[in-house]
Amino acid sequence: MEPTPNAPADETALNAAFEAKIAAGDSIEPKDWMPERYRKQLTRMMSQHAHSEIVGMLPEGNWITRAPSLRRKMSLIAKVQDEAGHGLYIYCGTETLGVDRFDLYNQLLDGSAKYSSIFNYPTLSWADMGVIGWLVDGAAIVNQTVLAKTSYGPYARAMVRICKEENFHKRQGYEICATLAAGTPAQREMLQDAVNRFWWPALMMFGPSDKDSPNSAELLRWRVKRKTNDELRQRFVNLTVPQAQAIGITLPDPDLRYNEATKNWDFGEIDWAEFFEVIKGNGPCNKERLAARNKAHDDGRWVREAATAYAEKQAKKRQTEAA
Amino acid sequence: MSDSHWPLWEVFTQGAQGEPFEHAGSLHATDAEHALQNARDVYARRGEAVNLWVVPSTAITASAPSDAGPFFDPGNDKAYRHPQFYKVPRGVKVF
Repeated sequence: MEPTPNAPADETALNAAFEAKIAAGDSIEPKDWMPERYRKQLTRMMSQHAHSEIVGMLPEGNWITRAPSLRRKMSLIAKVQDEAGHGLYIYCGTETLGVDRFDLYNQLLDGSAKYSSIFNYPTLSWADMGVIGWLVDGAAIVNQTVLAKTSYGPYARAMVRICKEENFHKRQGYEICATLAAGTPAQREMLQDAVNRFWWPALMMFGPSDKDSPNSAELLRWRVKRKTNDELRQRFVNLTVPQAQAIGITLPDPDLRYNEATKNWDFGEIDWAEFFEVIKGNGPCNKERLAARNKAHDDGRWVREAATAYAEKQAKKRQTEAA
Repeated sequence: MSDSHWPLWEVFTQGAQGEPFEHAGSLHATDAEHALQNARDVYARRGEAVNLWVVPSTAITASAPSDAGPFFDPGNDKAYRHPQFYKVPRGVKVF
């Protein structure tokens, strides 16, 4: 039975049932009653996540034609194709909350939607492809492994699927880094330069510090988030430092040191001013990414039109045959 | 009809011969054939399926979560439908 809108008396009972479900660790499914704010927060998080997957294709798609070998090229094509697939999983998940993918997509194209700030940095060298796989996908995996246990069922299921595939992304990236690290001095230098540029933006991917993250408490209570931004960031740093050491690469942070007491790698202060500038649309590539996304959408129009025309023709043919 | 308003299809994958079909997700496509091809590209890039079903989302009728209690109740209080309900002489192996 659908709950009648504008029935506050009922809403109290529905809300209590919802909170009980959350407390019991049950998943919330599309047809379950949920508070408007829960629906809104999830729509925001999931659509931003889907947009990030789609925009994430651009910095890497940029290097497909310049991959140094056929092996690297095949991997990169497969990775970019995966990102498109991940975008689709999450758009479809978001649609279960009652929004139309068309509207979400238009928000991305007209620039009103947000996506991960990391994709607004340029990819200047081949080493960036390695470092993106290693650090950017590595950070995404840390985030998504926890999201796989989020309280909204369709989001959690999409994350399980995505996590399986992201592991290939990270390993192919780390392999590129390890290969360059064992290469010529010029290759090592190229790799170190890429790490220097991407390390801090990768740390920013986990979002603002807990003290500046106003939504966190509510999202944690609803089990949408299972760990705070800072907890996830620390986990990522702890995982990554030994990987950098293994290939002899320096992470660009003079304050990075192991803390015996906490068993964590302590790291320096993040430049949050830069983070908020990029989020606001003033990053190095915000305009370029949007323009590229719009161009891809426009260039693909004939494919969509052809598919529609073909389906209409087939439907007509079936009708004539039936008659 | 723009791409946005292509109908929604639910995708079910069978992981191996003999296994049941499982819901994988959904996608938009112009017709059933197009939906099958998209489903292959979106949900079976790594051999996750040996067979696919695509079903128009509008064709699915689902039970309502808010009625789950009373709806499934008839099955919940019949312990005699389970083998543990029946006593067997000590020491006898039934299976």
